[in-house]
Amino acid sequence: MEMPTINSRAKQMDAEVISNKRLGAYNHIVLAVNEIATYAKPGNFVAISVGGPGSSMVLRRAFAIYRAQIRPDGQGVMELVVAPHGNGSKWLASREPGESVNIVAPLGTAFGIPTEPVRALLIGGGYGSAPLFALAENLKAKGSRVDMVLGASTAAKIYAPLEGKRSVNSMTITTDDGSAGTQGRVSDVLPSIIEQNQIEIIYSCGPMAMLSAITDIANRYGVMHQCSVEESMACGIGVCMTCVLPVEGRDGITRMVRTCIEGPVMDGSKVTWSKSREIPDGVWGK
Amino acid sequence: MESNVTFDYSTALADRRIPNPILTASGTAGSGKELAQFFPLSDIGAVVTKSIMLKPRSGRATPRMAETPSGMLNSIGLQGPGIDIFLENDIPWLASQGARIIVSIAGETVEDYAVLARKLRAVPGITALEVNISCPNVENRGQVFACNPTTAREAISAVRRNIGGELPIFAKLSPDVTDIVSIATEVVDAGADGLALINTILGMVIDTNTMFPRLSQKTGGLSGPAIRPVAVRAIYQVHAALPNIPIIGMGGVASGRDAFELVLAGASAISVGTATFGNPTAAISIKQELESILIEKGFATFHQAIGFAHREEI
Ligand SMILES: Cc1cc2nc3c(=O)[nH]c(=O)nc-3n(C[C@H](O)[C@H](O)[C@H](O)COP(=O)(O)O)c2cc1C
Repeated sequence: MEMPTINSRAKQMDAEVISNKRLGAYNHIVLAVNEIATYAKPGNFVAISVGGPGSSMVLRRAFAIYRAQIRPDGQGVMELVVAPHGNGSKWLASREPGESVNIVAPLGTAFGIPTEPVRALLIGGGYGSAPLFALAENLKAKGSRVDMVLGASTAAKIYAPLEGKRSVNSMTITTDDGSAGTQGRVSDVLPSIIEQNQIEIIYSCGPMAMLSAITDIANRYGVMHQCSVEESMACGIGVCMTCVLPVEGRDGITRMVRTCIEGPVMDGSKVTWSKSREIPDGVWGK
Repeated sequence: MESNVTFDYSTALADRRIPNPILTASGTAGSGKELAQFFPLSDIGAVVTKSIMLKPRSGRATPRMAETPSGMLNSIGLQGPGIDIFLENDIPWLASQGARIIVSIAGETVEDYAVLARKLRAVPGITALEVNISCPNVENRGQVFACNPTTAREAISAVRRNIGGELPIFAKLSPDVTDIVSIATEVVDAGADGLALINTILGMVIDTNTMFPRLSQKTGGLSGPAIRPVAVRAIYQVHAALPNIPIIGMGGVASGRDAFELVLAGASAISVGTATFGNPTAAISIKQELESILIEKGFATFHQAIGFAHREEI
């Protein structure tokens, strides 16, 4: 049995905050990360230490990387979209330009991009849309057609920057309260988009319940589904064993695997999605 | 006088000497591979492996973790591949890195401990065994071995009888007892060469939104700086009662200062656990900071500082 290991490019560094701007319900934060910017791929995440020295928050916070690039002036930057909902993300969202944060990146798996042009559907829930825009650009660069569906509870929680909208062929919005786009869940609008646009691959990122619902639909249509999962993590580097999900391996055996190492991007059809707080039957070592 | 004083940072774990006293804490260093991306494993005193059991274990369902003020609760449930796969994969890899290895074992029955010890007795390249007896005894209504002097003794003597050779064994105790000194005395009497103090403290977090316990198992083990005073107290009491028994100290060590505190209480080595989750290179900074503190305080050797808080006041 080969043991999966941590992203071989992962490095720890102090990264300076270049800018931090409020955008609707979110903060858009740009960090100076040197060569890490060349290695980070859409889907990878960053683990950030929060609270400063002596903080009572002892665990890192994981954030999807919105985009990473080398700017024309040679500076390597990483952009994040942060929803300030807990004490850790609030601390991060209140960093001023010039301050530094300690990061470990890039971590985890990335979205796989077919070498041939494809008809792709990208689905994001809430701030889960963050890594999808860089993915959309990469897919477009390969000549793919990219449709996007973004869903959230309410309009203010849809994260869709202007430049993001330009990088897709169509954009569908759903909100639970109907304050923007179609009222309902993303899963309500998927079947018609998959059929109309003859979707060949689905990429998704968002809450577990959404990913589970998308997996059902993807399986029904026989469409490949790469999803980026969100299980709460303590370390982000594979040592704490808290972020596990039951996932079927190539040998057909379902194991509790670390989503920080074998994820966050996983093949949705291999995940045993379950709402119960129990290990599903048949999992190795149950 | 210009002198080239070299500080002796080495420490002894029973009859084994390691070049410095900083170790990983069991269950907080993955397979070692993950941390090796951040520093050479041979730079620390030893890698303590996750507690390995006889058979593969899925561990518990999620949520397995909740952050708490200056700490965290976990309920991993000893997820792991089981001893056979572990011996085939993990040990040779750690040895190839030049890491010194302390294998942690855990059982559900006294017989499990005996079998694990037999499987390990002939394995080369192991520095010591840590026997995690802070796990539920399925033959005794799930009561934790380490919480009862009789079952604590039975588990340790099963290992002692079956390990053969000279491999030192360290009994890892739970702080969730009324009198940790009596448990310590019992396991030393049963053949433990040393002690590892402390394991996590049982706790619970209730989510005030869902109004249910946060963890799937409801309770979990509390670790991190929040438990450091409990660790210092336990180590101090046990070292006072058993001054010649080496103690691997742990519980909330996040800096060289914290490590120094446990050493003053009586620890011969320090394991770093939760701090690694917040900082992959925590063990290395703690190692460097502790060394500077000891030199600054005028100690010529690490050994002199062990239990220094127990000296007579003058
Ligand atoms: C996620 C996690 C997993 C752990 N797994 C084990 C284990 O397998 N065996 C063991 O003896 N202790 C285990 N522990 C306890 C630690 O080794 C250590 O005793 C405790 O966490 C206190 O140290 P710390 O505050 O530095 O983490 C675990 C602790 C944590 C946080």
